[in-house]
Amino acid sequence: MREEILEILEKNSRIETKDIAIMLNTTEEEIEKEIKQMEKEQIICGYNTLINWDKTQKDLVTALIEVKVTPQRGEGFDKIAERIYRFNEVKSVYLMSGGFDLTVIIEGRTMKEVALFVAQKLAPLEAVLSTATHFVLKKYKDHGIPFEEPHKDERMVVSP
Amino acid sequence: MKSEMIAKTIRDIPPSGIRKFFDIANEMKDAISLGVGEPDFDTPWHIREEGIYNLEKGKTVYTSNSGMMELRQEISTYLSRRFNISYNPGTQILVTVGASEAIDLALRALLNPGDEVLIPEPSYVSYKPCTIMAGGVPVTITTKAEDEFRLTPEQLEAHITDKTKVLILPYPNNPTGGIMEKEDLEKIANILRDKDILVISDEIYAELTYDREHVSIASIPGMYENTLVINGFSKAYAMTGWRLGYAAGPEELIAMMTKIHQYAIMCAPTTSQYAAVEALRNGDPDVAEMRNSFNRRRRVMVDGFRKMGMDCFEPLGAFYVFPSIEKTGMSSEEFCKKLLYEQKVAVVPGTAFGESGEGFIRCSYAYSIDNIKEALRRIEKFMEQYK
Repeated sequence: MREEILEILEKNSRIETKDIAIMLNTTEEEIEKEIKQMEKEQIICGYNTLINWDKTQKDLVTALIEVKVTPQRGEGFDKIAERIYRFNEVKSVYLMSGGFDLTVIIEGRTMKEVALFVAQKLAPLEAVLSTATHFVLKKYKDHGIPFEEPHKDERMVVSP
Repeated sequence: MKSEMIAKTIRDIPPSGIRKFFDIANEMKDAISLGVGEPDFDTPWHIREEGIYNLEKGKTVYTSNSGMMELRQEISTYLSRRFNISYNPGTQILVTVGASEAIDLALRALLNPGDEVLIPEPSYVSYKPCTIMAGGVPVTITTKAEDEFRLTPEQLEAHITDKTKVLILPYPNNPTGGIMEKEDLEKIANILRDKDILVISDEIYAELTYDREHVSIASIPGMYENTLVINGFSKAYAMTGWRLGYAAGPEELIAMMTKIHQYAIMCAPTTSQYAAVEALRNGDPDVAEMRNSFNRRRRVMVDGFRKMGMDCFEPLGAFYVFPSIEKTGMSSEEFCKKLLYEQKVAVVPGTAFGESGEGFIRCSYAYSIDNIKEALRRIEKFMEQYK
């Protein structure tokens, strides 16, 4: 049941509770209760909106930064990851396997702003050994949703 | 050309009732529709990609008449793993251009003039005309809403004569959404077991059975030898436009059907066959996801109709809801036309699926939730004048 609620919400967090209840053949109260509980347990961590900012007037650049760090004794990567994710500019931080340690995703208004953040805030951190900044030029698909013209229903109006 | 030059049998067959309504509905450009008989999903990308890849490789030639051996093997594995029925891919499976070709082939291979074909109705539009075109006599059995549109053993028994050659078993059913569960099939089997009646079991919607598993009549003891199972890729994998289906059954019948297929069609489209292999090998998660999604929308639609006070039995298969409109006092066709003109919602009159569909409408839930909810809102508004 929980997984089904999550599946539905992941695709459409604006859906009404009463609709979820009908879809899963249960009561509104039951759904309400489960959602509240999952929010408390931090299984549901928030309700975001997926926006294609390129279509708006707002300037926004996204950069993906590969960061190599020195893990700290007793803390592993967690401590340094936390120092990085506390910055508001940082949207996501992932611990990686392979050639570098952390993927840091940053958003800023201009490339310069992002570059300055890396140079002044990220790179000087003691545990950070090196950074490599990659700017996102175009987003084709995000969170499972392609950023393309809405799909037209090409089916015939009526068919057997 | 004089119209007398057209064969009389063909001239006498009425055009599909759904076609008539299509022409009306198609004129209304801004109508929202609940009228389709196909999924709203695109074919899963990995399946499409496999088709593209094989086109690129130049796999553009005929396959064997029966279909690629690789595909028949996958079909055989699939039927045994999903429905517990086993077929020899070399001799018992024929790949066709959609399940609809398989229906036509089977009837043509089986019927002598005057042979009777039992057809539970309401049901898919092609059984009756295909029977007539094959020289047979269609005998319809009206299934009822109070029986959840299942075929009852009493009804079956009452319609069997010494001319009965074939029983068509169209479950899960288009347009009613009715299904036949194991106990229902066993009762049917008890009647058929000692008779020479061949069952054509059209299981194209098998994967779209909700909250329970589909059972094939071929898996009921004593039925395997006299059953032809028809299935395909259109509904389960959202592959309607690929035109690919298959029949599995007794060796001799498959051989005779292959003979007709070989002269009329040659072979099913090659690209589609490659894509279908991928569908059967790696498509299970897609099927499960689509079934889940349909199931949710099914509940929304049934709930919507019931809340507006319409009689609507709970469909357990396919992607249609078949509510009764009897209390409006209108015929199905009148209702559908009026609904289309007044509220701009296209649904299909039950009569498109046989006279027994009178008093019902078919509403498909192969649409987005928003579309379904908007359509329900409009239907509710429409129904207010009949309270």
